[in-house]
Amino acid sequence: MEAFQRLDAVAAPMPVPNVDTDQIIPARFLRKPRKEGYGQYLFHDLRFDDAGGEKPEFVLNRAPYRGARILVADKNFGCGSSREHAVYALWDYGFRAVIAPSFGDIFYENSFKNGFLPIILPIETAAALCRALEAKPGARMMVDLAAQEVIGSAGTRHRFDIDTFRKECLLRGIDELDFTLSHRSEIEAFERRQAQAVPWI
Amino acid sequence: MTTSPRTLLDKIWDAHAVVTREDGRTLLYVDRHLIHDGSRRAFEVLGERGLPVRRPDRTFGTPDHYVPTTSRTMAGIDDVDRRLMVEAITKNAVAHGIRIFDLDDPRQGIIHVVGPEQGLSQPGMVIVCGDSHTSTHGAMGALAFGIGASEVSHVLATQTLWQKKPKSMRIRIEGALGPGVVAKDVILAIIAKIGAGGAVGHAIEYAGSAIRGLSMEGRLTLCNMSIEAGARAGMVAPDDTTFAYLQGRPFAPTGKQWETALRLWRSLPSDESVGFDSEVTLDGAAIAPMVTWGTSPEDAAPITGCVPDPAAIADAERRAAAVKALDYMGLTPGAALAGIPVQRVFIGSCTNSRIEDLRLAARVADGRKVASSVHAMVVPGSGLVKRQAEAEGLDRIFKAAGFEWREAGCSMCVGMNGDLVAAGDRCASTSNRNFVGRQGKGARTHLVSPAMAAAAAVTGTFTDVRQLLKA
Repeated sequence: MEAFQRLDAVAAPMPVPNVDTDQIIPARFLRKPRKEGYGQYLFHDLRFDDAGGEKPEFVLNRAPYRGARILVADKNFGCGSSREHAVYALWDYGFRAVIAPSFGDIFYENSFKNGFLPIILPIETAAALCRALEAKPGARMMVDLAAQEVIGSAGTRHRFDIDTFRKECLLRGIDELDFTLSHRSEIEAFERRQAQAVPWI
Repeated sequence: MTTSPRTLLDKIWDAHAVVTREDGRTLLYVDRHLIHDGSRRAFEVLGERGLPVRRPDRTFGTPDHYVPTTSRTMAGIDDVDRRLMVEAITKNAVAHGIRIFDLDDPRQGIIHVVGPEQGLSQPGMVIVCGDSHTSTHGAMGALAFGIGASEVSHVLATQTLWQKKPKSMRIRIEGALGPGVVAKDVILAIIAKIGAGGAVGHAIEYAGSAIRGLSMEGRLTLCNMSIEAGARAGMVAPDDTTFAYLQGRPFAPTGKQWETALRLWRSLPSDESVGFDSEVTLDGAAIAPMVTWGTSPEDAAPITGCVPDPAAIADAERRAAAVKALDYMGLTPGAALAGIPVQRVFIGSCTNSRIEDLRLAARVADGRKVASSVHAMVVPGSGLVKRQAEAEGLDRIFKAAGFEWREAGCSMCVGMNGDLVAAGDRCASTSNRNFVGRQGKGARTHLVSPAMAAAAAVTGTFTDVRQLLKA
């Protein structure tokens, strides 16, 4: 997993609530192998018309936002299906962080597993950040994970909360699996106790 | 020693905590891990790391997302990518010694129908699956939630997951449901009230007299759509309805172990005096048959109502969302919901494809004909549901009315197998998501109960099913 420390990048605003994972990547692309990459499918039906041409009004098709690596969204971003492809698609396109007032729980979990940082900020803050980005298309924002701080395109500073363990994993680019495997003896002890208590499972 | 009162969630959580860290994250042991034909990536990750499956005996699966509903053979899958997905679960199951109910097995079906049906999903368990509708199994009195592909590989390798305990929310539905009003209407009414993100970070416990009065099928429908309110999980305390449903099922305990299990299960319901982080109450008697009008499950209204007028919505953001939704849905503000014509009807999905759902739809369809302007199909949730329905003659009722009678799978709920709604067509669907493009690019999905779907099929428009049930 790639480490995440500090990101200074162009940010794109998407002030729409309940952006579900079917919007992020439609179901028909999920059977494509992971190694082929999913960036081309990101927001596919919002980005492209029926003939495959770009919809000029869509934010990522507007020149100043093309290189965006930070997305600023609205509440309940990533709700819906558990498809981790939603994170793969954002990642493969080039995004590394998304800021929103709230997230679909599974999307939120999936993000950390892929070195992708979901940041929760109050709804007014996210809305203000979006307005600033719309006022100055192509403006950059900064995310400093160690300091747990977002710096908006207008220079405003916003602290965010993050679980300590996840922060460590992201900063160092390690995933949970190795850590869990180090708890093997506790897992085995649990299994012995459970075999006594609920032998029918 | 006195112990503080605990919720059903607390009790299951405490019984499955392997390690609890100072930051509050818990390594939770997984009793049942359910897999399906979307699990390929997770096995690849396992392979890349050279890890075995820790508990193949706790892992069960069935292909459902990519399977055809017109045949039961691999040859029936004409798309190579789809066939590879279905083949992958079989190959992985063989390689790792995992039991699956394959395409030619009568027990095959939608994993969230198969789990309870086989007695694999039991009270007090922690159940996970790489699918958001895993919340379904909470109806058995279990803690069940959907996970992503990385988490699936983590469970395969360790049989555990690091989790932060969700907050608790109790939703009480008191009073008797009216005739023609079923669990689907209840959950749509709940989501309309609390919003699609209303339960983010929470596990919902459904309670109250209307919930106690629901059958297992109804409770499964209810818990299934917890995720559509943003909840991590939904659950119903196990009771005699649960135990009667479970007893005698293939993977349920038997004999002495059944008695031991019953004692344990009866101790699971939330303690009387326990508090929840949040509480919501709805009047069951006030709920009407529901239909969604927009592109989020929260956009639901009683069939007696109208398409909302965005101009009347005070919140600017919600107003903009409603304008967009109505544009996509091709609806006029203020139009009565009853009378809107439909072109497709889909009765199926992990939400509403169980025997009771099919009985209800058949009751409406019996002696009637699908409108000539409508293409309607019924997709049973499992091979066993199909067999049961056929034994009861439901298939004959559907076929006589002009419904297609298909093989089990997720089908048109998500369209991954190719069962799609054409762009611009309006579908009365018993599934769980009316997202833009969910049932196909440009498809217009309206979520309804099986009774309401059947009513739409035979009248050609959204119709208050209570009028048909009266007759």
